[in-house]
Amino acid sequence: MGFVLFFLLGGLMVASALGVVLTSHPVRSTLCLVVTLFLLAVFFIFLDADFVAALQVVVYAGAIMVVFLFVIMLLNLQVDPHERTPPSWRFFTLGGASVFVLAVLYLLRAAGTLLPGPGMQSAAPAGFGSIEAVGLRLYTQYLLQFEITGLLMLAGVIGAVVLAKRRVG
Amino acid sequence: MVPTTYYVGLSAILFAIGVIGVLVRRNAIVMFLSSELMLNAANLAFMAFARQQQSVDGQVIVFFVMTVAAAEAAVGLAIIIAVFRHRQTINADELRLLRW
Amino acid sequence: MDSLWFELAVSTIKALVVLLMVLQLAGMLGWVERKGSALIQDRIGANRASIFGFAGAGLINTMMADPLKFLTKEDLIPEGVDHLLHTLAPAVHLFPALVTFAVIPFGDVLVIGDHTINLQVAPLNVGILFILAMVSLGVYGVVLGGWASNNRWSLLGGIRGSAQMISYELAMGLALVAMIMTYGTLDLQAMVRGQGGHFLGFIPAWGIWYQPLAFIIFLCAGIAESKRVPFDLPESESELVSGFFTEYSGTKHLMFFMTDFVEVILVAGLVTTLFFGGWQVPFLARDGFHFPGGAELLLPNVVVAVLQIVSFSVKVLFFCWLQIMIRWTLPRFRYDQLMRLGWIGLLPLGFLNAIVTAVVILAWGQH
Repeated sequence: MGFVLFFLLGGLMVASALGVVLTSHPVRSTLCLVVTLFLLAVFFIFLDADFVAALQVVVYAGAIMVVFLFVIMLLNLQVDPHERTPPSWRFFTLGGASVFVLAVLYLLRAAGTLLPGPGMQSAAPAGFGSIEAVGLRLYTQYLLQFEITGLLMLAGVIGAVVLAKRRVG
Repeated sequence: MVPTTYYVGLSAILFAIGVIGVLVRRNAIVMFLSSELMLNAANLAFMAFARQQQSVDGQVIVFFVMTVAAAEAAVGLAIIIAVFRHRQTINADELRLLRW
Repeated sequence: MDSLWFELAVSTIKALVVLLMVLQLAGMLGWVERKGSALIQDRIGANRASIFGFAGAGLINTMMADPLKFLTKEDLIPEGVDHLLHTLAPAVHLFPALVTFAVIPFGDVLVIGDHTINLQVAPLNVGILFILAMVSLGVYGVVLGGWASNNRWSLLGGIRGSAQMISYELAMGLALVAMIMTYGTLDLQAMVRGQGGHFLGFIPAWGIWYQPLAFIIFLCAGIAESKRVPFDLPESESELVSGFFTEYSGTKHLMFFMTDFVEVILVAGLVTTLFFGGWQVPFLARDGFHFPGGAELLLPNVVVAVLQIVSFSVKVLFFCWLQIMIRWTLPRFRYDQLMRLGWIGLLPLGFLNAIVTAVVILAWGQH
């Protein structure tokens, strides 16, 4: 049952990821990525991570992608007729990517039993992935990183405002 | 239960699609979207390993990746807006002032 | 295996019941709005729809005339639009509003035989985060509706609408954070159960006594999220015709229009659940009434459940009525006033509220 769902949703995710890359219209690309991110949140729920799954939808699919859509709307971007990749480039990229994926899959097949830790089969401890568990770690063990990330966001906000401002005069 | 390797394999496929997107597409925003796809593929791999080792630290890493991606998206899009205002285009082939 | 089918059937029935009730209520609210606004504005309102002279106090209008009118109108698609996005936008707008009802509890438990059914469609333990997630997804309908209309004024309405929605999402989130701190849980059913006690023996311990400021912030932010007057600049009937859904007709317009009322019910439902005790009836516990004097009235579980559902419905209806009254009383905010209220008014208030709540909880322990 779990396998059927995994392959179904995984197939959908790969299809929408291909949609991101292959569609000519930027708005449709963004929407395909939103679908991919939503499906990724579903996978996070499969992996017993409720809090991060909700965060994925709220932050990534619900805020960052909206900013992308805003920018596309603001710049009124349509399908670009001048966008062309040289065929040789396409061939090498596709070839390289396929080699990479096949190599990774082959290595995974060999390494599957060597991973340390309890494993996927054992049930996760109660409260794993809940907001308490993640929040506790963030505020005790990783407090410094948390605060630095806050500073980073502040820098990002200020940078975005400064860069996108229209120069007056 | 789906083994960890399946999740990592899916993450690798998504990552490869992201790489193809960055290399093949010339529209700056679509290249940006593909790099976000790569970040999310890495998130999936982190999550799978976090579940496999039953360690919440993996989820904390994903949390940080998400916030960094948010800051990066904001600044990157601001740069794209600024470039568009100057050059009226965001096709990477036409923004070649710094090229040889 | 047998219990799996039973669970599936129960979930399906619960989901269908909630969905149908919400859609029906959304239709009726359209009529309540028209009659209510007519009463406020000292006119008669819509009274022409009737079958052989029987108007059924607005039922004919609501259940037959209005939906039939929308469903049978021609579906105009303007020239030069992206067909996929134009058709997708109303669905994307309606979906999050409807799905959020899955986490709102409408009763305690219903005991059938030896099965205990939790009267909540989806008992998530991150219920509040789910609500925030769906509110975030609601922005897409506005953005896509404005963009896919190939119309400058729709685009303006869409941009204004989405900027407003993402601004007030933050204030809403902060109000919810204060509630999470007070009750120590994200699960809505647990929150409602936690509002069951009484102060001084007879005042029900509803959330509003603990978080009055959060209630005001949440109500304002909720009305702003659903883009109703006084925050309806994205629609602004007297300026942008219909704002981001000007270019939609027929069924698509019905979907946008209905989302307006579904979100009214949603805000009413959330306010009831978080601040007014949800399905709690004063002095009613799972087995019957327990009055403060010591008197008891034991009731079977079905009667208790029905009483709780009725209580929930009455509270939700009151807040729907309140929002409709607010709509026809207040004038519309200007865009900069709206943004100022969201960022400079509600957001700092939300922060202040969260800090004060945290200090109080540290000093006196949790609820």
